[in-house]
Amino acid sequence: MKVVVNGEERTVDTVCTVANLAADLDVGPKGVAVAVNGEVVGRSAWAGRTLDEGDRVEVLGAMQGG
Amino acid sequence: MSEPASSFVCTDGPQATSSAHKAGAEPGGVADDTGSDDDGLVIGGVTFGSRLILGTGGAASLEVLEASLVAAGAEMATVALRRIDPATQGSILDVLTAAGVRLLPNTAGCFTARDAVRTAQLAREAFATDWVKLEVIGDDRTLLPDAVELLDAAEELVDDGFTVLAYTNDDLILARRLEDLGCAAVMPLGSPIGSGAGINNPYNLALITERLSVPVVLDAGVGTASDAALAMELGCDAVLLATAVTRAREPVRMAEAMRSAVAAGRLARRAGRIPVRRYALASTPTEGRAEWERDR
Repeated sequence: MKVVVNGEERTVDTVCTVANLAADLDVGPKGVAVAVNGEVVGRSAWAGRTLDEGDRVEVLGAMQGG
Repeated sequence: MSEPASSFVCTDGPQATSSAHKAGAEPGGVADDTGSDDDGLVIGGVTFGSRLILGTGGAASLEVLEASLVAAGAEMATVALRRIDPATQGSILDVLTAAGVRLLPNTAGCFTARDAVRTAQLAREAFATDWVKLEVIGDDRTLLPDAVELLDAAEELVDDGFTVLAYTNDDLILARRLEDLGCAAVMPLGSPIGSGAGINNPYNLALITERLSVPVVLDAGVGTASDAALAMELGCDAVLLATAVTRAREPVRMAEAMRSAVAAGRLARRAGRIPVRRYALASTPTEGRAEWERDR
């Protein structure tokens, strides 16, 4: 199925959790935060949060600023 | 904070001689740049020896940033949250961790309370800290804070258990509102972010430092060392700056200059400056002077 990750369409397995996606992207969990459709998904909830077709996922990390 | 702002008032009168006498700290605090008897800066129950907080935006490289952090003696540094690029993941975090500084995630680029709160919550997940530099911008040209959204966001974040350091306008009433909401520090601007224009309204800044009980941190506008020193002389508890160091021709040297300036300004504040006079006050006594025939 297709989801949108950081504004770009991405094909993932039909059953895909946030944890699966993070592993697929090879990021986190340290230093990484995820929101699905605007809702913050805490690190401890990554494994239990499955994605649906068309979900908009933001995967965020540290950048210089401020 | 909680010291008279009269050092800013220009007067010839003897009543001004009491300006800024009250050195804030008793002996026995942590040793630091600002004198061994300085109690240090306490924000949200955490004590910092350094009163210079470094923003990390604009650094040409992580190596320069790391050297700047060391030269500045900074114990806290800001970090932003942006879409991840797996290729560069973690590197800024690694630098800040290696430097041993406390992370202060910001909500830079947020224009609404909702956006800022969500960004803070994401930063809490990413960096495992409930500290946040709350920044809610109202205009993309001046980057000036949106007071209404800022107050909404501050209230929500404090209620959610965050330690909120609020970037704000140099407005006493707004600053007090932020304090009343439970912000751990209030951070008025000197002039717009990245402008290097210094402290546009020293009077306003002095009012804020005089009237607030929570730490006041000058945030934004510092261009060079004298700006940082002035902020401390006006009673600020600390200075937060980024661009002035990261975009200086020699960032590491400027970081060192800022460290000295903050320390000097703090010492001068605690020492109690003399009042400003319109006319001269002879520093050499006239008594005992030799007398000559007048020439004319």
